[in-house]
Amino acid sequence: MKISKMIYLFFIPGLLLYSIFFIYPTISALFYSFTDWDGLSDAYQFVGTGNYERALTGDTIFRKTVGNNLKFMLVVVILQTIVALAFALIVLKNTKTNLFLRALYFFPTILSSVSVAFIWSFIYDPSLGILNQILELLGLDVLRQNWLGNADIAIYSLAITQVWFHAGQMLIIFVAGLQAIPEDLYEVAKIEGASKWQTFRKVTWPLLAPSATIVIAYTTIQSFKAFDLVFAMTGGGPNNSTQIIATYIFDVAFRSYNFGYASSISVLFMIIIAAITFLQFKALRSDRISY
Amino acid sequence: MLFRKFSLIIYALLILIPLVMVALTSLKTLQETFRDPLGLPDDGFQWSNYSAIFQEQTMAGYFMNSSIVTLFSVVLTLFFASMIAFGITRMNNWIGNLLFGLFTLGMMVPAQVNMVPLYSLMLDLDLTNSLLGLILVNIAVTLPIAVFILTGFMKTLPRELFEASTIDGAGNWQIYMKIALPLSLPSLSATAIFLFVMHWNDLLYPLLFITDNAYKTLPLALLEFQGEYSTNYPMLFTGVILASAPMVIAYVFLQRFFVAGMTAGAVKG
Repeated sequence: MKISKMIYLFFIPGLLLYSIFFIYPTISALFYSFTDWDGLSDAYQFVGTGNYERALTGDTIFRKTVGNNLKFMLVVVILQTIVALAFALIVLKNTKTNLFLRALYFFPTILSSVSVAFIWSFIYDPSLGILNQILELLGLDVLRQNWLGNADIAIYSLAITQVWFHAGQMLIIFVAGLQAIPEDLYEVAKIEGASKWQTFRKVTWPLLAPSATIVIAYTTIQSFKAFDLVFAMTGGGPNNSTQIIATYIFDVAFRSYNFGYASSISVLFMIIIAAITFLQFKALRSDRISY
Repeated sequence: MLFRKFSLIIYALLILIPLVMVALTSLKTLQETFRDPLGLPDDGFQWSNYSAIFQEQTMAGYFMNSSIVTLFSVVLTLFFASMIAFGITRMNNWIGNLLFGLFTLGMMVPAQVNMVPLYSLMLDLDLTNSLLGLILVNIAVTLPIAVFILTGFMKTLPRELFEASTIDGAGNWQIYMKIALPLSLPSLSATAIFLFVMHWNDLLYPLLFITDNAYKTLPLALLEFQGEYSTNYPMLFTGVILASAPMVIAYVFLQRFFVAGMTAGAVKG
């Protein structure tokens, strides 16, 4: 059936805003990444691949930043996926208690990152903080820490906060995925005398792969974007030990006024995210079994 | 089974204790907090932090700004995204698919990637320190995910509905308003909640574009309390409670929609 050409009008407002405030800045990030623009003056010079060479070979902070981001990502992805899946399996049935628990576990997701940052700054506070007090109560004084002030562990403290923040959301995705598995497959497994572990390995896990892919991919991207949390809790410190790529871009651009260099890091950031997402989808897809 | 119950309780406590701690601390004085960070207040609950924060801060203004930005961002994103989703569904050809691809590609680009050029663009357009500026950027940034979710839903609607209306002489606009939108209500409401949470809590764009107190939204104002009150946690937590209150109240009443909406963003994203 022929559709009136007027249909194109439906795209105009959205496409206009999307082009001006999204596509154009994204493309100009690529353009500025080859310049030494400071973001303020009208003049700038092309520096070829200078910014990229600096980022990849000369800049030790950038290298540290990527490392921090990977540490943060690994802890969050592994811990959050395990917690979310384990608890999803327990609160799977739609009983009253389980519905309540799911709603409770999900709750932190609706808070703002700044609120979560304040809450956890208080928990981690070396003198006032609940965490050190609990450790003391348990007689584990040796474990007392300056959780955000110690450069060796601060990034992991942030990762735990991120898990607290978002595990509930991933749990719900797993619940949705698990509830979609047909009940009769479990019946068959039971009749055939499969053990609990065998049932999980042969029935649940393969059919869960699509949700697992989503959770892991989403968590990965989320952990790269944890800008707000890091910015509000540590500002990247101490000594850049919690600086992640996103906060480093902000620092380079808005504290050192090096827009050109910040743009080149932005482009590298995008490439890293695209590569990781691609690899994950590939890895998890090949693992899938079809019924 | 005992172990399962035990784990469930531990996880519940891990969520509940920090929340109770926030509420409790907001009802204590600073001295009480330093003396006994986790105890109950000595002389009953103190509401003084709440009155102090309203005196010292332009809280009403921050609420107003957050409400305006969130409301317009959510409504306009839904409006523009549903029009695009309708266009893509209706065209059902390679141009539609291409446009769909163009929008969904945007979901892969983290907001921090283009914050630098976006900042200078906003300066050039004189859109810094402006709620309109925030709204425009919010719409552009959330269009991809909204288009993705809504298109996915509209494609499941029976095409015959649209075609029958065309034969009856309805124009595209009428079909969109009278058929596509009402039928997409479940998906629209899920997306609305996802956008509501995202825009209400957004920090990055206010941080980049707003320096004038008159235009600050709640998350940015809250962040700056940190500079002002330092480790005065009773005041900070009073701010946290006030800033989260609308979201928490909405969550308590619309819980099921929240869960659906917040996961639609992830599942289909």
